[in-house]
Parts: sequence; structure tokens; C-alpha cells
Amino acid sequence: MAKKLIDLVKRKHKEAVVDSHSRLGNDTVIIRPEHLLEVAATLRDDAGAKLDLLRDITAVDYLNRVPRFEVVYIFYSIELKHQLLVRVLVEEESCKVPSLHKIYPIAGWLEREVFDMYGVDFVGHPDLRRVLLYEEFEGHPLRKDYAVQASQPRVALRARERDAVEEFKEFVQNEEAKGSRERY
Amino acid sequence: MGLEHKISEEIAFTTKLEDAVNWARKHSLFQYPFVTACCGMEYMATAASRYDIARFGAEIPRFSPRQADLLWVVGTVNHKLAPFLQRIYEQISEPKWVISFGVCASTGGFYDNYATVQGIDKIIPVDVYIPGCPPRPEQVLDGLLALQAKIEEEPWLKYAYEEKRRLRESDGGIIEDAEPLFHKVDI
Repeated sequence: MAKKLIDLVKRKHKEAVVDSHSRLGNDTVIIRPEHLLEVAATLRDDAGAKLDLLRDITAVDYLNRVPRFEVVYIFYSIELKHQLLVRVLVEEESCKVPSLHKIYPIAGWLEREVFDMYGVDFVGHPDLRRVLLYEEFEGHPLRKDYAVQASQPRVALRARERDAVEEFKEFVQNEEAKGSRERY
Repeated sequence: MGLEHKISEEIAFTTKLEDAVNWARKHSLFQYPFVTACCGMEYMATAASRYDIARFGAEIPRFSPRQADLLWVVGTVNHKLAPFLQRIYEQISEPKWVISFGVCASTGGFYDNYATVQGIDKIIPVDVYIPGCPPRPEQVLDGLLALQAKIEEEPWLKYAYEEKRRLRESDGGIIEDAEPLFHKVDI
């Protein structure tokens, strides 16, 4: 298949494409969010592409990069058996991407998951709520600036979490101070 | 007492009430399996005929907490699930015991992150912890035997008196000697 799909997107939506590559056998186009709907419609309807299956939507947080996020769409053609990754650049401030649910209905669920984990706002989504975490959860845990152990309990805990870890760290530090670790 | 000398050993033997009740309790554990993850497979293997947990009297899983007295927490419990586990524990009537099955239930296991409760003892009291990822059926049976040993030693009569006393104190009434729970019966 080589670069057939990349060439198709480049030919039909020249202004949308920022970059493209085929690293590790994954044909990828990187596009701007404002052109996503047109590109997706082309990929689904074009006779040479026929990408009728949206396999997954996920995102990547490049913390110290501008634009910070990339939302990754994985399209697949059941008939022609080829795949294309579309990566959409998302700015941190607005954090907005148009919703694909009118072109691919399954996108409704997948976008809710990305919203839950990364806080990306999918404009036009009919019901953008958390899907995996609970309603009262604050923040988006798969962002790189979320502290990975910062749990948000829903019930009063009987004891502090991670006491064992803290005790162990304390133990190691004290033992080091005494110099007794050399014994072992 | 001298009671035991009056009855033939062929028809009866004497014991303490607490021991007799504890003996009955430890051999008739009605279980509520709270299964959330892969440890459930090992629980099923233990319950099935090869390892046969029924040999120890823990035979029937009850899928209503109101009919159970042993709560098996089998698998990872996350913070989204925590209120429901707590509620199920509260719905089990006394006496009740809890077994934490596998490392995830006991300590959170390798899920050291925002989502997972770092051990169910942060939410509910636990009697026996069974380590392992997942534990072998032999280990599970060992844990059950440990619980049975614990039940055998349980001074529930003392607890019951203390509870009654505590309730009287909280009523604000005069603290008298607690009434006996069981009245003496003349034979």
C-alpha cells in the first residue's frame, strides 16, 4: 500500500497536512484540527481509500511542546485491508477538536474516553461526559502533569493510603543515616 | 458442676457455650464472593470439585449480602467501586468476616496509581489476607483455615456483653451489671 493513502490526503487536502511519515509501517498524516472533518469524510468516501472503520481514538501529551496534545485517529478499511493514522495537533489553551460522531458514530464513545483521560473538548459532541472515571473526579489523569498517585477517594478512608511506601522510604533513609545498610 | 458425671458419654458430651457456637460457625461459612478481576478464576478453581472448598464447610456462595457472613474480596478494587464494596460490607449482618484475596485486594498490588484503592483495609476491616498473584488454591484453603482458627478463638460472648454495656452507657442510664444474655435453665 505504501504511501497511497498519504498521497491521497496530500492531493485532496493540501492545506491541511502539516507532516507525514511511515515510521514502523504506520502510514501517518499530521493535520490541523480545523480540517479534520473534511479529511475524515474524504477517507471514508473515496473509492481508493474506503476507510470505513474507526478503530480507535487516543491522544498523546507532549508536555513541553507547542502544540501540546495530539489526538490520534486510527482508520482501517475492512474491504481493502489498509490502515491510516491521522494525528491532529491540539493547542493547550483551546484544547478543541471537532467531533467525528456524524461521520463515524462510534466516535461518540471513543471521544468520551479521550475527554475523560486528557480533557480534550470535542466540539459538537452530543453528550461529552466522563465514561470511565466517576463524575466527581477532578482533573484528567493521563495528562503528564497529573500526579500519578493522586487518588480521589469517594468514601472516608479508615487509614492513609501508601503508608507502607512512606514507612519503607523512611526506613531506608534512617538506615542509610546510621550506615547500617553496608552490613547486608 | 458435676453435670458431666450424670450423663453418659455415649449420648452427650459437655463443652463451653462459646466453643460450641464457634465450632458451628466456623464450619458453616456462607460466602459472598465480591469478584472483580482475574483472581476470580482461582476462586472458582478452589470452589470446584478438585480442591472442593465444601470440605471446610464454606460451601454455598450467596449472592445477597443479607444471607452471607463471609465476604471474599477477590481482585482489584478501585476508587470508583469503593462505595459499593463498603455498602455490601455494611449490609452483611453480624457476625461477619472478610477475606482479602490476592495482592490487589490486600495492598493494591502493582496498581500503584490514582485509580486503585491501596488495599481494601482502607475501606473495610479485614480478617485474613491471602497473598499471591493469584494465590494457588492450596493458599486459599490455608487462608480459610486461618480464618477458621480465628473464629474458633473468638470471644463473642465477651464482645456481646461489652456491646450491651456500651449501648447502656450511650443511653445515659445508670451503669449496672449487664443482664446475662442466656438464662440458666434447670435440667
